[in-house]
Amino acid sequence: MAVLSKTQFSVTRPRKSRVLTGFMALYLLYTLVPLVWLVINATKTQPSLFSTSGLSFGDSFALFDNIGQTFTYNGGIFFRWLGNTLLYVVVGAGGATILATAAGYGLAKYRFPGRRGVFAVVLGAVAVPPTALAVPTFLMFSKMGLTNTPLAVIIPSLISPFGLYLIWVYAADAIPDELLEAARIDGAGELRIFLTVTLRQLVPGIITVTLFTMVQTWNNYFLPLIMLSEPKWYPLTVGLNQWSAQANGAGAQPIFNLVLTGSLLTIIPLVVAFLLMQRFWQSGLSAGSVKQ
Amino acid sequence: MTSTAAPPVPAPARPRPTARRPRRKWRGWLFVAPFMLVFALTFIAPVGYAFVLSLFRDQAFFGGTVFVGADNYAQVLGDPKFWEAFRRVLVFLAVQVPIMLVLALIAALAIDSARLHAAGFFRVVIFLPYAVPAVVAALMWGFIYGDHFGLAADLNHLLGTDAVQPLSPNWLLTSIGNIVTWEFVGYNMLIFYSALKVIPKELFEAAAIDGAGAFRTILSVKLPAIRGAIVVATIFSIIGSFQLFNEPNIMRNLVPNTIGTFYTPNMYAYNLSFNGQQYNYSATVAIVMGVITAVIAYVVQLRGSRKEM
Amino acid sequence: MSRFRSRARAAAAVALAAALAVGCSSGGSSSAPAAATGTQDSVDAALKAGGEITYWSWTPSAKDQVAAFQKEYPNVKVNYVNAGTNKEEYTKLQNAIKAGSGAPDVAQIEYYALPQFALTDSLADLNQYGFGSFEKDYSASTWAQVKNGNGLYGLPQDSGPMALFYNKEVFDKNGIAVPKTWAEYIDAAKKLHAADPTKYITSDTGDPGFVLSMIWQAGGRPFSVDGRNVKVDFADPGVKKWTAMWDQLIQGKLLAPVKEWSDDWFRALGDGTISSLVTGAWMPGNFISSVPGGAGKWAVAPMPTYDGKPVTAENGGSTQSVVKQSKNPALAAAFVRWLNHGNGVQPFIKSGGFPSTTADLTSPAFVDEAVPYFGGQKINQVLTSASKDVAPGWTYLPYQTYANSVFSDTAGKAYVNATGLDAGLAAWQQAIVDYGNQQGFTVSAG
Repeated sequence: MAVLSKTQFSVTRPRKSRVLTGFMALYLLYTLVPLVWLVINATKTQPSLFSTSGLSFGDSFALFDNIGQTFTYNGGIFFRWLGNTLLYVVVGAGGATILATAAGYGLAKYRFPGRRGVFAVVLGAVAVPPTALAVPTFLMFSKMGLTNTPLAVIIPSLISPFGLYLIWVYAADAIPDELLEAARIDGAGELRIFLTVTLRQLVPGIITVTLFTMVQTWNNYFLPLIMLSEPKWYPLTVGLNQWSAQANGAGAQPIFNLVLTGSLLTIIPLVVAFLLMQRFWQSGLSAGSVKQ
Repeated sequence: MTSTAAPPVPAPARPRPTARRPRRKWRGWLFVAPFMLVFALTFIAPVGYAFVLSLFRDQAFFGGTVFVGADNYAQVLGDPKFWEAFRRVLVFLAVQVPIMLVLALIAALAIDSARLHAAGFFRVVIFLPYAVPAVVAALMWGFIYGDHFGLAADLNHLLGTDAVQPLSPNWLLTSIGNIVTWEFVGYNMLIFYSALKVIPKELFEAAAIDGAGAFRTILSVKLPAIRGAIVVATIFSIIGSFQLFNEPNIMRNLVPNTIGTFYTPNMYAYNLSFNGQQYNYSATVAIVMGVITAVIAYVVQLRGSRKEM
Repeated sequence: MSRFRSRARAAAAVALAAALAVGCSSGGSSSAPAAATGTQDSVDAALKAGGEITYWSWTPSAKDQVAAFQKEYPNVKVNYVNAGTNKEEYTKLQNAIKAGSGAPDVAQIEYYALPQFALTDSLADLNQYGFGSFEKDYSASTWAQVKNGNGLYGLPQDSGPMALFYNKEVFDKNGIAVPKTWAEYIDAAKKLHAADPTKYITSDTGDPGFVLSMIWQAGGRPFSVDGRNVKVDFADPGVKKWTAMWDQLIQGKLLAPVKEWSDDWFRALGDGTISSLVTGAWMPGNFISSVPGGAGKWAVAPMPTYDGKPVTAENGGSTQSVVKQSKNPALAAAFVRWLNHGNGVQPFIKSGGFPSTTADLTSPAFVDEAVPYFGGQKINQVLTSASKDVAPGWTYLPYQTYANSVFSDTAGKAYVNATGLDAGLAAWQQAIVDYGNQQGFTVSAG
């Protein structure tokens, strides 16, 4: 017994290894250097960006100046892009989560005609590259008059096969059939059961899916690039790339300092969201992977 | 049921004791229908439309639309540009995906091993790049790669050479691979880590009684236990590689002569449509690429599940 | 779901209505050449009536110009949209035209891209508003570029007669005289790089616009267009003259390997790494705003030539055009007239633009202005005289934007591998011929 508990100690709680920590620290450096570079260069003015070396600070600390300029440049268009991105994230990622939650639950807990068909089709969808759909979707949407409207970005982001899959495996495990049967015996309708009983059980799964669809929508570039022609509907990603492309050709207006500061500002909300919610969504992901 | 390939059919809903009225049979659709409706609009309809487009040829300036049957497909299959792009993403896949997954696996094992100081800190920081939009990552690395004034230049200056040229033709695919690796190691690490977290304790105890060391435990307990997660990550990475677009498309501004209009199949489809207005041919390229991706993902999945213990 | 569907249906109905409206307006502006001339009456009336139009442009002065216009005509609302810089804008414009809705009323289009939109019947012929009578007010080289057949598809805004911009400080320090011929230019390139290996005479990583302008100056005329018949000939003696000369710079590794318009490039212009540029007269504004480090060092001289006699070409430059989708083309035309033939010209010049209107090109205030950035040099004397020396008779392809988009796939390789410009241009020619034939042209290689 004593021997066993000793070995158990060494397996699950071994000594910290400096070699391993050192090795991982190297990798950490690789992860961090570009981000540090970004932070440092967001503090430089356009001229000193050009005249100083990458990992040292410029002659003046212009971060707040840059942030101010980023938000006011071109009539505050960056603010508008931020708002658009939030709109796409809230409606698109929010809607995707709702649809995926309902459908995942339905697939996990009901047997109905066509269930296998749904499974096959969604499985196929995971394998089809979404970007391969972009061009036909554009042509279709343009025939429907949806291009250059927020709907053109929102509708396609409402579908998250990965989210559906995650909720599916999560719900199969996290919601005992007995619970549903008990509610039915109490006379609750299916929708009420879903809203009052199921959702609570699914919270970690839902948070996980929310974060993944959120990242996906926040980072969405290809689709809005194709669908939108007016900057007033751009999300941050497309807008930033336009700022970067603005340095080209006659009448060039390079604003690399704003591109860098804007990039930094684009990353921060996601990083904060991840840090704040990491406990929840990691447990959701772990639960999801039990079934894998 | 330790591991099947993704996405597995989940444990079938247990047979319900009674289905008294036929109406009850259909109530599952109440939940699935909204998803399927939007799905039909954003996945099924475009695929169908792409297929219709691929059967026609439309001239951008003069002349109308003609039905050409399988001509476009024959043209894609014999198109050296398409195959050059395809070969490139295949090389990318063969090199970048293993490196990225092995790094992610090492990181996950290290963090899970409890031998690491400040493991929580490592986990968060390594995951951070995933929160960086691909566009921002590509812009940022593009600046860093600048071999005159970027970090690459500083490095050359330090080493006293000009050996580091991330944007030169020979280095470029590697440089793009580096960006993608940087972005996605954390994401894959997390998938592995989550799977490692839920390995039943009894397995370790058994291994410990057998006197297995850390490496034996990894090889004989941990890796087999997370095979499912590895297959999922592999499939997503394969799909990601075949879709490679954002990073090269943004870097194209820096090195247009090296990153041409058909650097990856996806870029080829994009440029055919939006530079050349060759919508029909572009749809055909997209379909061919989609089919190839689906087949390869399917094969990986089959192999992944066949080797299941 | 049903709500979404009805919304989609409503949107589709709007699109249809728009398409019908377009159909109506284009009925009025039939492209039959003979019936196309009209008077400015309808334009004046539209301006009086007021309304709302959308304007796509990326030119830095656009915002100020729109503000000035609205101040002058408060009953007209102009929605100014920066829909992307050059080819990004064209892609979006093309998409909107293909979709049948979503195009602006007025769009900025560079001269090289104009034939493509004119030919696909996407732009209004401004002859119907009597703008044909403005011909005498513009430099001959710009006016030629807004015409396509008998149609007039825009009014010229800026022009880009080419000149030599050089870093006087670097030239003086290395004992280099300002080259008058291309032979002297190549000698200067060798001498400079030998004296200081960190310095290059210029940079060129393969830009189709630059290549075509250089061929233009050398007397090459690789494209000829007659309706649907297109001839492409990159073996033209003028082309060869340029490739033989420029290959020496490429093969000799005398060009700075810095991509134009990148952050590296702006830095290199500032610190002398790139010591000269052969480019359009619109460049000074860019120097002033983006290369602060070069202030007082740069100067302007005429473009070198092959035989020492002055001749130059146009590089870049754009026009404003009325898009046929416009629901109020007369008002759109009025705005274009104000921009490029009215009070819009001065704000444009003030922002560093180089005009195409002869009145400004000859006005002493403009020509004799001493520019502090260029050490007080009266650079416009050089530049305006360049605009008179533009070689005549140039034609772009009717699908130049596509051709330019595949330049990097073909000719661009000549820069990377130093395999010779002739081979690169031959590959480009092949791509141009293939595409044209696929799209319904009859293209022959010369």
